[in-house]
Amino acid sequence: MTSVSTLPNAEALFEDLGRRLYVDAQIDIPPDVREALREAAARESNRGARGMLTTMLRAMDVSDRKQTLVCQDTGIPIFWITIGRGIAIDGAAMLEALRRGVERATEETPLRSSIVSAIRRENRHTSTGDGVPVFHVEFSADIDYIDVVMMPKGSGSESMSFLKMLLPADGLAGVKKFVLDTAVEAGGRPCPPTIIGVGIGGSSDLCMTLAKKATLRPVGQRHPQAEIAALEVELRDAINGTGIGPMGLGGDTTVLDVHIETAWTHITLNPVAVNMQCWRGERRRARVYADGRVDIGY
Amino acid sequence: MEHRLRAPLSDDDVRRLRVGDAVLLDGTVWGLRDATLIRIFDHGQAPPVDLRGGVLLHVAPSVRPSAAAPSGYEPMTVGTTTSTRMERFTRGLLRDYGVRAIIGKGGLLDDSSAAFAEYGGAYLAIVGGAASVETEQVEAIEHVYWEDLMPECLWQFRVRAFGPLTVAMDAQGASVYRDVARTARERLAEIYAKMGLKS
Repeated sequence: MTSVSTLPNAEALFEDLGRRLYVDAQIDIPPDVREALREAAARESNRGARGMLTTMLRAMDVSDRKQTLVCQDTGIPIFWITIGRGIAIDGAAMLEALRRGVERATEETPLRSSIVSAIRRENRHTSTGDGVPVFHVEFSADIDYIDVVMMPKGSGSESMSFLKMLLPADGLAGVKKFVLDTAVEAGGRPCPPTIIGVGIGGSSDLCMTLAKKATLRPVGQRHPQAEIAALEVELRDAINGTGIGPMGLGGDTTVLDVHIETAWTHITLNPVAVNMQCWRGERRRARVYADGRVDIGY
Repeated sequence: MEHRLRAPLSDDDVRRLRVGDAVLLDGTVWGLRDATLIRIFDHGQAPPVDLRGGVLLHVAPSVRPSAAAPSGYEPMTVGTTTSTRMERFTRGLLRDYGVRAIIGKGGLLDDSSAAFAEYGGAYLAIVGGAASVETEQVEAIEHVYWEDLMPECLWQFRVRAFGPLTVAMDAQGASVYRDVARTARERLAEIYAKMGLKS
């Protein structure tokens, strides 16, 4: 057993992180996404599509300069938290502090609260509510810090979420067809060029979570397993061959990338899920070490 | 072809537009979306303004109170939402209120396309998610109606060189979305074959 340290001032630290990450994720687009958009603009053969990719790059420059949100959609705040070894933390207090951070960001920036109750559609104007922020918490023996990734998920792309419990007899061919068909069905609605996350396997809930988690991976970073990496490239090129293009108005660039995550599943199941992230690929990351040091990244 | 237009638009302004043309817009743009349109059509409350020749924008902006602004609000982030949700309202907007163009992202469907042909209207596609650019082109929020629907009020914006906008559906009944979808389905069949997948 490694020695365990208690994180100093944990509540203040996480409250401030929740606030910063939620705001910064909407202003500062990750470098891998910017690079992918620049490459796409240089490669794109459709003139109108090239113009749209250029406007996207311009929007990021304007936001850098003026420190304003790139998109008006403040999204559903989602946190992906991985707790490493050697850190003692009051987990419930950590989540509560992150939630307060999101509420402060909404009030102090100010941000439009995009969150309403499910039945009565009431907006508390805090960007929070029952079940929101969404927290995914897991543990890892491979890291010695707490990893917090913030994803403000916009509704245009989140609306394009699909799950199908395929049959074992549908095979991998069924999985491929499902991904291609959903990309065509989504058309321009999720603000392409998107990052398409695909979950294969697991239970229905795990499958959808894998699909969404896959969209967090930096663009261009392939899955470590060669077989899955090859499938990502095959699907990416196939979807870009459909000609849907930026904003669905035609062109060579429909996806920036396809990322796949898998889990083992039941002998009778063959689940596949698709979750899309818009061209901004918004995410912000913090690594919190046991001594209270924080590294901010993407 | 490139057009510089001033809203409200004339019949001729709209009928000259062809899919694929580029538009930069000046003048008045009306912001609205789900809740605003539900009030007009499902609750039967006519909008308190004259929308004839009007250009609509599918939007719910982030604003902050400002004593200096004519409406009492200044824009923080004005960005466009997915139009497809508002599909069922297009025909009524053109027929009952004389709206001439809708700015949005993600596109509208076949009944909107038919309504644009029937009444002389167009859908102008903006680059979704690029709200920081859009916000710079909004000179002022001149009025806000139905503030109880905040942020889905009826917003009167004054814009300058708003765009670039792409004519994606025109008064001739053409639709880029329909064409792109048809091409994508045709290509998908070829892609299936190449990947050894059965349709």
